[in-house]
Amino acid sequence: MKRVIETKEVAGQSPNYLLAKAQDLIDWAVNSSRANSLWPMPFGTACCAIEFMATAASRYDFARFGMERQAFSPRQADVLICAGRLPFKLAPVIRRIYDQMPQPKWVISMGACASTGGIFDNYAMVQGIDTIVPVDVYVPGCPPRPEGLLYGVLLLHKKIKGESLFDRAARREEQPLDERGLRLPPEQIDEISEPFGNSVHQFRSA
Amino acid sequence: MNPSAEALRATFGSAIGRAVESCGDTIVHVDRTALLEVMAWLRDTPGQQYDYLVDVTAVEYRDRERPLELVYNLRSLERRADLRVKVELDPRGDLTVDSIVPLWRGADWLEREVYDMFGVAFRGHPDLRRILMWETYAEGHPLRKDFPLRGRFSRAEQVRQALAANPEAHYSLEELSIAAAYDELPPDMRERLRRGERGRIPHSE
Repeated sequence: MKRVIETKEVAGQSPNYLLAKAQDLIDWAVNSSRANSLWPMPFGTACCAIEFMATAASRYDFARFGMERQAFSPRQADVLICAGRLPFKLAPVIRRIYDQMPQPKWVISMGACASTGGIFDNYAMVQGIDTIVPVDVYVPGCPPRPEGLLYGVLLLHKKIKGESLFDRAARREEQPLDERGLRLPPEQIDEISEPFGNSVHQFRSA
Repeated sequence: MNPSAEALRATFGSAIGRAVESCGDTIVHVDRTALLEVMAWLRDTPGQQYDYLVDVTAVEYRDRERPLELVYNLRSLERRADLRVKVELDPRGDLTVDSIVPLWRGADWLEREVYDMFGVAFRGHPDLRRILMWETYAEGHPLRKDFPLRGRFSRAEQVRQALAANPEAHYSLEELSIAAAYDELPPDMRERLRRGERGRIPHSE
C-alpha cells in the first residue's frame, strides 16, 4: 500500500509520518468495529443453510465472533451469506438483495454449489454466485461443517482488517453492471472457473 | 387386475387401449380424444368413484420409438382403490390433450408443470403458463429428451436473461397478498408492479 506520496524531512520527523500513524489508528478503530460486529444476511436455499443454522446455534455460536444479530433485512446487513445452490430464477432476487445492502458489504459463498454450481451443472443452476454478485470468501464443502464456515468468517475478519478508509485503490466501490450482466469480464471468469473442472465442455462465461 | 379396466372397455370400447398390471397397480391406456369423457366417467359413475386425482405427470423414454406418456394417478377414497390412466402422445407430433381442470380443480398446477417441463398443451386449461421455470424462459421444455442438460443458451446468456427478469412481474398483486399495502410500497416497486413487465414471453402470439 502506498500512502505516503511526498515526504519532507523536517527536524528528523516527517509530518506525513504522523498523518500515516493517525490514518492507521483510524483504520484500526473502524476495521475492528466492522470486523467484530458483522451483521449477516442469511440467504439459505439448501442443505448448507442447515449447517449455517448449526453454526448460529449454541454449540458453535458465531455470536462469539460478533455476528450476534442476524439481519433478515438486507437494509441492516453487511455480510451476505449465500448458503446453498442458486437457481437462475433466484439470480435477480439475490442481486436485488445485494444491491439493497448498504456499503461496505461483503459476501460469503458457502458450499460447493454456491461457489461453483457443484454437482448441479445443468440448465437451471447458476454456476457460481460470483457471476451474479462479487464474492469475498468461498467456503468449500458439501455442505461445509460449521468449523469451515467459522474459518471463512475469520478469513473475512482478516480481509476487513486489511482494508483502509484512505486507500481508494484497495477499497471496493460498487460498479453498475453493463448489459452483459456479469460482474467480471468473461476471460477472467474462465480463468477463475477452470480449476473447478466441473464443466469440461463448456466454460462458465460462455 | 382392477375390475375398472374391464368396465372401461365395456363402456368405451376401442377408445381403451391395453390394460396391464404392474407391481399391483392397474394401468389403462386411453385414447387422447376420449380422455375427458373417460375421466368424467371414472369420477362420477357409482361403483367407480375415483374422486381423488393424486397426480398428473408425464414420461418420455430414451427409446425414440416409444411414445411420450401422460400419466394420471387416480384414487377412490370411498373404495380405497387406485387406477393409473395413461395417454400416449407422439413426442414429435401434436402434443395437445384436453385439460381435466373442469373435473378436478387441483389439476391446474399439475398440468402447468407438465406443460412447463414437457410442452404438452392442455386444451381448455384456464391459465396455462410455466410454473417452475420463469415465464420468459425461451430455451424449451427441460425434461424432454432432446433438451441438452445445460440448456440451449450459453452460460453468459443464461445469466444475462436471468438477471434481466423482473421477479415481481411474475405475480399479480393478489398473488403477492400486498394489494392492500399498494399505496405504502416504495415508488420503484409500485412502478414495477403497475407496469407488470414480464418481458417477451416466447410462443405467446
